[in-house]
Amino acid sequence: MKAILTVHNLASDLVTTIWTPVFVAIFLAIVAYAFWPRNKAVFDKAAHLPLREE
Amino acid sequence: MSQPSISKSMTIGESGLAVVFAITAFLCVIASAKALDAPFAFHAALSAAASLAAVFFIVNRYFERPAALPPQEINGRPNYNMGPIKFSAFMAMFWGIAGFLVGLIIASQLAWPALNFDLPWISFGRLRPLHTSAVIFAFGGNVLIATSFYVVQKSCRARLAGDLAPWFVVLGYNFFILIAGTGYLLGVTQSKEYAEPEWYADLWLTIVWVAYLLVFLATIFKRKEPHIFVANWFYLAFIVTIAVLHLGNNPALPVSVFGSKSYIAWGGIQDAMFQWWYGHNAVGFFLTAGFLAIMYYFIPKRAERPIYSYRLSIIHFWALIFLYIWAGPHHLHYTALPDWTQTLGMTFSIMLWMPSWGGMINGLMTLSGAWDKLRTDPVLRMLVVSVAFYGMSTFEGPMMSIKVVNSLSHYTDWTIGHVHSGALGWVGFVSFGALYCLVPWAWNRKGLYSLKLVNWHFWIATLGIVLYISAMWVSGILQGLMWRAYTSLGFLEYSFIETVEAMHPFYIIRAAGGGLFLIGALIMAYNLWMTVRVGEQEVQMPVALQPAE
Repeated sequence: MKAILTVHNLASDLVTTIWTPVFVAIFLAIVAYAFWPRNKAVFDKAAHLPLREE
Repeated sequence: MSQPSISKSMTIGESGLAVVFAITAFLCVIASAKALDAPFAFHAALSAAASLAAVFFIVNRYFERPAALPPQEINGRPNYNMGPIKFSAFMAMFWGIAGFLVGLIIASQLAWPALNFDLPWISFGRLRPLHTSAVIFAFGGNVLIATSFYVVQKSCRARLAGDLAPWFVVLGYNFFILIAGTGYLLGVTQSKEYAEPEWYADLWLTIVWVAYLLVFLATIFKRKEPHIFVANWFYLAFIVTIAVLHLGNNPALPVSVFGSKSYIAWGGIQDAMFQWWYGHNAVGFFLTAGFLAIMYYFIPKRAERPIYSYRLSIIHFWALIFLYIWAGPHHLHYTALPDWTQTLGMTFSIMLWMPSWGGMINGLMTLSGAWDKLRTDPVLRMLVVSVAFYGMSTFEGPMMSIKVVNSLSHYTDWTIGHVHSGALGWVGFVSFGALYCLVPWAWNRKGLYSLKLVNWHFWIATLGIVLYISAMWVSGILQGLMWRAYTSLGFLEYSFIETVEAMHPFYIIRAAGGGLFLIGALIMAYNLWMTVRVGEQEVQMPVALQPAE
């Protein structure tokens, strides 16, 4: 039981410590994806999607 | 595509659902007979009747329909499913008027308490959740279901997934509204704001909501368009998050399976924190993310302009997702909630300025090159003004979450004013604009019956909003200042009843504003009704004229 609790505490410490940098990293990756030059054509096309019907 | 030799038989969905509903009807009759309280007996009987009606509907529909299910495509074009959309759009208008009317009644009750008539069923305490649920979940929910089913089909170029499933979603959702609403009038509530429905209604909503998620996801999975359009991301965030919030805030244990009363698993400040985690994210993902999806599809479409910046829309989406979920504690400033949690909620609320205004700019700038259309198209004007209200109320909200501002504004009418600038201005107007677009599209009409009437609706409703929110600002700040006024001897300067008395004129102005908003909605209902009844058919789209819907 004690071992389980220790593992639980370690895991919860780890999660509560690293979630901020992890979330920030994920968000920055999303920003990089949005601004990646190669994706521009796809996004420009997608911006017109409501105007293309059927 | 056509298979003339197919022998007609019930699908697994049809026979399975018919059996499930038949069993449900039987169980509901037993529950009704063994009920411990009258409202539960009434709701069980209502559910039994609805289940029997569902069996009849499924079997009757089977006998009426052709042997083959509707094809996915006709002549290479998607065979869009408009039936459930039409139903939801109709119910949105119906519940909208009901909700605005109840709002007007309770606003009048606050100004003239005699209007409670000393009757429990129509007292302010019971009508108030009826108003909030009717406008948010019944009106707003039906608008979101109708528009999401439309947008996901069009932007994926695929027919809505499922045959009975979309009908199960729209009918099941509206039955949930019926159970919740009649429950409030009969005094059934678990007393959690915006989560008042009791355990059995919550369970039913869970089933309906999972079906909604599956229909939406399955439609995306079979899309012909490779890219998943940004509006679908917002709709999906709305559907998924509402499911999580609903499950998180409602783990209640019923006193008896034959009674309406239940108790929540946790108490005290944990319950309060869960409640406002739920409450604020209902604002964030029901009243914001879902309606932003409408903005990203309907404004470009109506303005005939592409989205101003698709990149910004991606960042807007993810910033909103990452930040909103933390803002709830600002509803619990200066309570037993730990101080650091309050500060965390305030900090994230302030950070929300960025995605909110990013999104607002994206919506407004989509009009670049088409600003002149605001002069001639009142529907587009409604959509654009809604985005302006979105910007205004998302500026005000973070400001009110700052603890020193909150110490003045909390528990006053300022909060009511803030909520209604968002609810009437943003959610209301963007919904009206979307319905004005959607009804002619779904019913295959050339256009609306009368743009002039839209113009009247726009100006009457705008005047109503201005009266409403300015009255509540003045009333709220007055209230807050009176509560904190001290005499030179250190006593409170005003008794509570004196502050109530000071509100009276503002309550009358507010009720007048709400009345104008209701009149606008009545004009809209007439306009939409006439559009469907006498509107000219759009001839170039024979695809949508498929039968049996």
